Amino acid sequence: MNGSEPRTVIAAATSAAALVEGVLGGNRLLLARAISRVENQTPEASALLTALYPHSGKAHIIGVTGAPGTGKSTLVTALAQSYRAQGMTVGIVAIDPTSPFTGGALLGDRVRMRALAGDEGVFMRSMATRGSLGGLSKTTGDVVTVLDAAGFDRIIVETVGVGQAEVEIASTAHTTLVIEAPGLGDEVQAIKAGILEIADILVVNKADRPGMDRTLRALEMMLDIEGNGARYVRHHGQLLRVESPVESDDEDRRWKVIVMKTVATDNTGVEELRQRIEAHRHWLVESGELALREQLRIANTLENIIRAELNRRIAANIPAGTLDELVEQIRHRKNDPYSAAAQLLSQV
Amino acid sequence: MSERKIRILVAKPGLDGHDRGAKVVARMLRDAGFEVIYTGIRQTPQMIAEAALQEDVDVVGLSILSGAHMTLCPRVVELLRAQGQENVLCIVGGIIPDEDVEKLKAAGIDGVFGPGTSSEEYVNFITSHVRVPA
Repeated sequence: MNGSEPRTVIAAATSAAALVEGVLGGNRLLLARAISRVENQTPEASALLTALYPHSGKAHIIGVTGAPGTGKSTLVTALAQSYRAQGMTVGIVAIDPTSPFTGGALLGDRVRMRALAGDEGVFMRSMATRGSLGGLSKTTGDVVTVLDAAGFDRIIVETVGVGQAEVEIASTAHTTLVIEAPGLGDEVQAIKAGILEIADILVVNKADRPGMDRTLRALEMMLDIEGNGARYVRHHGQLLRVESPVESDDEDRRWKVIVMKTVATDNTGVEELRQRIEAHRHWLVESGELALREQLRIANTLENIIRAELNRRIAANIPAGTLDELVEQIRHRKNDPYSAAAQLLSQV
Repeated sequence: MSERKIRILVAKPGLDGHDRGAKVVARMLRDAGFEVIYTGIRQTPQMIAEAALQEDVDVVGLSILSGAHMTLCPRVVELLRAQGQENVLCIVGGIIPDEDVEKLKAAGIDGVFGPGTSSEEYVNFITSHVRVPA
């Protein structure tokens, strides 16, 4: 079908130094390329992040999570517009799943975000999970760091449509919104552990749909049982939830998780939601909780980097074929996975 | 541990709302292991170029059935170049009369694909014309 031979394109080679300068100087093209380097974990990615990291730490990071079809993308769009009306700039990272079979992905969050097109104060990037299971991709936190260094006031991270246990967003965001929609489940769903527990703000979107009152009641009941306003502390690297002792912690100083109603398609409740997010930000600063969450976030980042590097070193040190050989031994019950792992690691 | 995927923007410029073709192609490309950013219908050339920039894609795929390809496609190429995205492969799928194919190529479109193009044809074209740096 093609007559003359078409050209072959190669992604632009930009030096890490030029990318850093571009990100800090507000060059959108170079920002986009820097994000790719970080997402692809190219050899210069860590130099890039090292140079950008000192410039990060100013943005407020908002996580948006919830089941597929609850209206996350539409709500993110409406929230971004609400922030823009306040003169704030917004970076968005939206994550969709990678196919476990082909490695391909269809990233469709832009379909709902067309209202943000043409606004220089918004930068939106779609990411595929690339095998991660926690609702984000491995490099989402690093991409947020790049956007943070680029100077965006607010960064909204939209997770993949999640089920019940994908709570990784809570260690990436300062304020986590969990989005529900009417008619998705009964009271028992609401009292199960997991995703609802990470909410700083619970949102019932599509509030104009039937079943609204029941959903609202179920969520509010859940909050009552929970003993609203628990705190999180770090304990041996684990996020630990503690109910604060009553005497040392008066009611007014604790953050109250409330259920908010929105209809993202016509902006109902969106301005109130934005104000609630800002109130949470304010509370984080005032209560000292922000420092705590930052500690958690950094500890998490550090752990991930160390783990990835250890994995790489171990993989690099295992002679080719050794793994296959061990698998065969184990399959024939001549060895077992526990001893094999110990053997292998003792050689590394 | 570099992980490099070819990223493709699939967009429908102009006013025709027949997006079945674009969706089928987007799905085909996904199944071929690419990361496809699907923008949906009624995109202006500005929206497409800006989305391509933010997403840092390797390929822009335009789907047009309306007959407005001679206006819209060169405009997308122009905007991509103006933004410094010369290294993005730009392909068009849809109903394109034979006499317009060479004109589109002269205007900077790298490939034109008509109805019935197989998944292999798209994938071969993309993998042989996008070189991924190590």
